[in-house]
Amino acid sequence: MKVEVKHRKNKLGIVGWIGGGRFGAERYAYALHRLTGLGILAYFLLHIFVTGSRIGGRQSWESAMANFKTPLFKFGEFLVFLAFAYHALNGLRLIITELGFMLGKAQRPVFPYVTSVHRQRPLFIGLMIVAAIIIIFGGADFYFI
Amino acid sequence: MRESTLWFWHIIAGAVIFVFLGLHMFIMHLESILGFLGLGYGGDVTSAQSVFMRSQQGFYMVTYIVLLGAALYHGLYGFRNILFELSLSRTLEKIINWFFALGGLALFIYGTYVTVFIFFNPTAV
Ligand code: HEM
Ligand code: HEM
Ligand code: HEM
Repeated sequence: MKVEVKHRKNKLGIVGWIGGGRFGAERYAYALHRLTGLGILAYFLLHIFVTGSRIGGRQSWESAMANFKTPLFKFGEFLVFLAFAYHALNGLRLIITELGFMLGKAQRPVFPYVTSVHRQRPLFIGLMIVAAIIIIFGGADFYFI
Repeated sequence: MRESTLWFWHIIAGAVIFVFLGLHMFIMHLESILGFLGLGYGGDVTSAQSVFMRSQQGFYMVTYIVLLGAALYHGLYGFRNILFELSLSRTLEKIINWFFALGGLALFIYGTYVTVFIFFNPTAV
C-alpha cells in the first residue's frame, strides 16, 4: 500500500528550530544536535577532498596540510572535536530512547506526573557529563600537552 | 523505500559512526594521552610519515571505508530531513533525493578509491 504523506505548512521555519520556549533542556539539546550535525557534515564533505590529496603522494599531502597550520584552523578543528563529542553522546541517548528503552512503562497520569522525558533525564545528564569529560581531555590535548 | 526503513538505517549508521569515528577522533586528537598510555605513534599525527604509515595498514583502509559510507548516509539523510521540514514542493523533494543519493555515491566512490589505491600502491606515494 502506498501511503501518501500529508504535507503541512511549517509556520515557524528556522526560528522553530532554535527557540525552545519553556520546554525542557532536551528541546535545546535538539537544536544543538541539529547544529552540530550540520557542522560536522560540512567539515566531513571537505575532509573527503582534503584527505583525498594523499593520493598524490607525500608532497601533495604536505602542501595540502600547509594550508591548515594556522591557529584559526586549529581552533576550527577543535570545534569539530567539540561538536563530535556532543553529537555522539547526545545521539547515543536519542538512539536508546527512540528505540523505546529507558523510558519506563506506560502508566496512568496521576499527579505528580512523571513523563518519559523525566525518566530519560538521568541518562541525558549522565551522557552530558561523559561528553564534558571527553571535551576536557580533548581541550587539554589540543592546547596544553 | 519506506521512510521508516531509511530512518532505521540512519540510526544504525549513527551507532556504527559512534564506534569508528570515536576511534578516529581518539587517534587524531587524543594522541598525547594515547602516547602517555603507550598506545600512540608519537609525533604529529597529520605528518606525512604518520599518515602514510596508516594508509598502508589494511585495518585503516577497511575502517575508513566503513566510516565513509556510514557518515555519508547518516549526514546526508539527516540534512535531507532538515530540508524536508521546510514544507518543500514535491518536485523539489525529488530533486533533493536524487542529488543527495548521486552526490553521496560519487563521494563514496572517490573516498574508497583513494584509500584502496594507496593501500595497494605503496610505492606510488
Ligand atoms: C473521539 C473519540 C475520542 C477522543 C477525542 C479521545 C480523546 C482522549 C484524550 C485527549 C485523552 C487524554 C490522553 C492523555 O492526555 O493522556 C484520552 C484518554 C483516554 N481515552 Fe479517549 N478519546 C476518544 C475515544 C475513546 C474511546 C472510544 C475510549 C475507550 C473505548 C477511550 C479511552 C480512553 C482512556 C482509557 C483514556 C485514558 C488513558 C490514560 O491516560 O490512562 N477514548 N482520550
Ligand atoms: C558520532 C556518532 C553519531 C551518532 C551516535 C549520531 C546519532 C544521531 C541521531 C540519533 C540523530 C537523530 C535521529 C532522529 O532523531 O531521528 C542524528 C541526527 C543527525 N546527525 Fe548524527 N550521529 C553521529 C555522527 C554524525 C556525523 C559524523 C554527522 C555528519 C556527517 C552527523 C550528522 C547528523 C545530522 C545532519 C543529523 C540531523 C539532525 C536533525 O535532524 O536535527 N551525525 N545523529
Ligand atoms: C577534526 C578532526 C579530524 C582530523 C584531524 C582528521 C584527520 C584525518 C586524516 C589525517 C586522515 C587521512 C588518513 C590517515 O591519516 O589515516 C583522515 C581520513 C578520514 N577521516 Fe578524518 N579527521 C577528522 C575528523 C573526521 C570526521 C568528523 C569524520 C567523519 C564524519 C572523518 C572521517 C574520515 C574518513 C572517512 C577518512 C578516510 C577518507 C578517505 O576515504 O580517503 N574525519 N582523517
